[in-house]
Amino acid sequence: MSDSDYVVEMKGIDKAFPGVQALSDVDFYLNRGEIHAIVGENGAGKSTLIKILTGVEKQDAGTVTLGGKAVTVKSPLHAQELGISTVYQEINLCPNLSVAENILIGREPRRLGSVNWKAVNAQAKEFLLQRLNIDIDVTQKLGSYPVAIQQMAAIARALEISSAKVLILDEPTSSLDVHETAQLFQVMRKLKSEGVAIIFITHFIDQVYEISDTITVLRNGALVGTFEAAGISRLELIAKMIGRILTELDEMSKIKLESGKHIKGEAFLQAEGLGLVGAIEPFDLELHAGEVLGIAGLLGSGRTEIAHLLFGIERPDSGTLEIDGKEVKRFSPLASIGRGVALCPEDRKEAGIVDDLTVRENIILALQANRGWFKFLSMQQQYEIADRYIKLLNIATPSADQPVKNLSGGNQQKVILARWLATNPQLLILDEPTRGIDVGAKAEIQKLVLSLAEEGKSCVFISSELEEVLRTSHRITVLRDREKVTEFSGEVDEQKIMQSIAGSES
Amino acid sequence: MKQSKSSFTIRKVTESRLFFPFVALAFILLFDLIAVPGFFRISTKEGNLYGNLIDIVRNASTVSLLAIGMTLVIATGGVDLSVGAVMAIAASVAALLMNPYVLATELPPHILKFMNDPNFTYQPLWIVILVTLIVATICGLWNGLLVAYGKIQPMVATLILMIAGRGIAQLITNGVRIQIFYEPYAFIGQGWIILPFSLYLVAIVFAIAWLLTRRTAIGMFVESVGTNSRSSFFSGINEKRIKLLAYTFCGLCAGIAGLVASSNIKTSDAFNLGQTKELDAILAVVIGGTLMAGGRFSLLASIVGAWVIQAITTSMYAVGVPAFALQAIKAVVVIFVVLLYSEQVRGFVQKITVQKEA
Repeated sequence: MSDSDYVVEMKGIDKAFPGVQALSDVDFYLNRGEIHAIVGENGAGKSTLIKILTGVEKQDAGTVTLGGKAVTVKSPLHAQELGISTVYQEINLCPNLSVAENILIGREPRRLGSVNWKAVNAQAKEFLLQRLNIDIDVTQKLGSYPVAIQQMAAIARALEISSAKVLILDEPTSSLDVHETAQLFQVMRKLKSEGVAIIFITHFIDQVYEISDTITVLRNGALVGTFEAAGISRLELIAKMIGRILTELDEMSKIKLESGKHIKGEAFLQAEGLGLVGAIEPFDLELHAGEVLGIAGLLGSGRTEIAHLLFGIERPDSGTLEIDGKEVKRFSPLASIGRGVALCPEDRKEAGIVDDLTVRENIILALQANRGWFKFLSMQQQYEIADRYIKLLNIATPSADQPVKNLSGGNQQKVILARWLATNPQLLILDEPTRGIDVGAKAEIQKLVLSLAEEGKSCVFISSELEEVLRTSHRITVLRDREKVTEFSGEVDEQKIMQSIAGSES
Repeated sequence: MKQSKSSFTIRKVTESRLFFPFVALAFILLFDLIAVPGFFRISTKEGNLYGNLIDIVRNASTVSLLAIGMTLVIATGGVDLSVGAVMAIAASVAALLMNPYVLATELPPHILKFMNDPNFTYQPLWIVILVTLIVATICGLWNGLLVAYGKIQPMVATLILMIAGRGIAQLITNGVRIQIFYEPYAFIGQGWIILPFSLYLVAIVFAIAWLLTRRTAIGMFVESVGTNSRSSFFSGINEKRIKLLAYTFCGLCAGIAGLVASSNIKTSDAFNLGQTKELDAILAVVIGGTLMAGGRFSLLASIVGAWVIQAITTSMYAVGVPAFALQAIKAVVVIFVVLLYSEQVRGFVQKITVQKEA
């Protein structure tokens, strides 16, 4: 392959931030019309590499060559002009504007100086249909569409801005369900066939194999290697990402079997006909001490709604809930903490971290809320608790006094986990605890769940990664369209659960 | 990307919330040092201290008191526009309690005689103060209820009392501007015990607020609610009660400020007393580095912010800027001060300090 085939060539990239070498001597080559995955744990340097390519950051050393010409990307705008478009993890469009407006904002076709709305809508619709194969009403507000469509709109906008030669997708699938992901992949394949080179950043190994041609692995700011997707096995890849072989996953099933023996007969939590109109149909649920209950289902199937009911975020309008033998009358997070229930919410940014507060404050927040305004934990106690969990959960932070916003996503997730472990809960509800975090941290969290069960605590484990639910749960409840459809216990195979999630039971 | 921040000492200082308010204050005082000879002279009279610096902190005391309460409110992500009006209500209540006879149309001569007696008051001073502060606290409570439980936007909710408050203040005194002759009351704003008495008031209120927020969990909860109220709710914090507390306390502070201001001018001027003081208080908090969006706050920095505002005024007078030009000049200085706060400038300063150490 001759050099000119590369759309992007990055050579010997170095980048240091105060106190940290983010990238050292990294090479990256991107071919025309390929889907190139960049993988690595949190802090491996993926986003820094992308930021350099898109002009957000400037490299300390190394060269960037686009289509054979050495360039200095000065700004994100400059990158767009050069044909590099990016869709970020958090969709940064305006949900209150229509889809068409979002796609064409700033470049609306005009007539006599005023915006020609007819043309805007027609152009946007045509663009979506032609380039992305999706047919929707573009005059509707963007916010009224599911996340997947919003993502498509973001891609459409990225493509529209510059006739993009390079499209960067940063964690595009982290909030999509299976169908939506498939839809996105179709779009990606179509763009690929049109010669667009796509850089795909993700934590989902399955997806890396499903869609990408080439994989570049980064670890601790250094290049581990670039591989043909077909030529490297999963285990090899993971080993390269985390620098050690994952025997932990094997261990896990043993621990699970072991912890299963500790399940006690009496129910710690019992829900009968619990439901809330518009959120979840009435359901029965039983949970024993020492048990991990998995909840499987697609996005929007009612998983989060169940978690919210059990934790008292919402008040149910039917049924009864009994926890530890007492009927629940007061539904509020504070009352739930008092009952020994904890919830790690799905949305880390919105409902989890308090980003200006320090790691220490974030960790003691729920415990202190339970103690009230005046029984303030002394500084010494606060540091003790914080340091204990920083150690226990391997939270990577320079100190307990670091604002939590400076931590990477995985570590923020661990901080929230620490917040709830500090309240010493009897029942821990985890809603998507491993979303957007790296393989190593995922395994740690799963192990933690099982060790909690071993201590006789109960756990509700909600995840869109079925494999993970299977690995950790003693029993699995399946939801479909805001309704509990079935429950599995003992040895179950993935296929059966998938069928009931999809609703195609025989 | 993981960012490890080393604990450089200069870095720590520039990152501190107090750094920029003090820098702003230092700039203004430096200007005085050069432009106004003898600006820093402090003289003693009968054991009490006088001078420009004392004037600055004394004249800043009403805004300081307001800023303490305002800091908590802004830290929860709100704002209280009614503090100026609450000051007027407090002044009217206090004046009325000391001298309710002004409301009568005809007074018997034996009472008329007392009217401008500096030792006469209808109610004892402690009742005057207590009732006034209770009324002011109720005003704050009202704001808090509207914001926390009525879910009305803070600016709108407190706008109600900002407008209505001056009307209420006038209703209380039946539209009359009550002169205050009672000397012990005048001591609140004008008395000196080595330092101006109002400074001690500020110190006491500051100490109470500091203990209340920093020696209990309240301060952390306020910051948590202001940073991310949904996360706080999920963590079991009763964010409504925290907001209620902040507004109520802010009302109390406005009441104390009303006492000081009315004792300073010896009248209950429902129309002018505390006029636009809410804006000074907000500015003081902003100069103190608390974001209008809520979150982290520093009470001390807000008080320094109040000093900065007053230092600007006093300095301008000292160099002979005429009163009518003061507002315009003040605006220019404020722009400079606020510029110090922009992320860009801050980032620039931090970059420089880091480079110097590296």
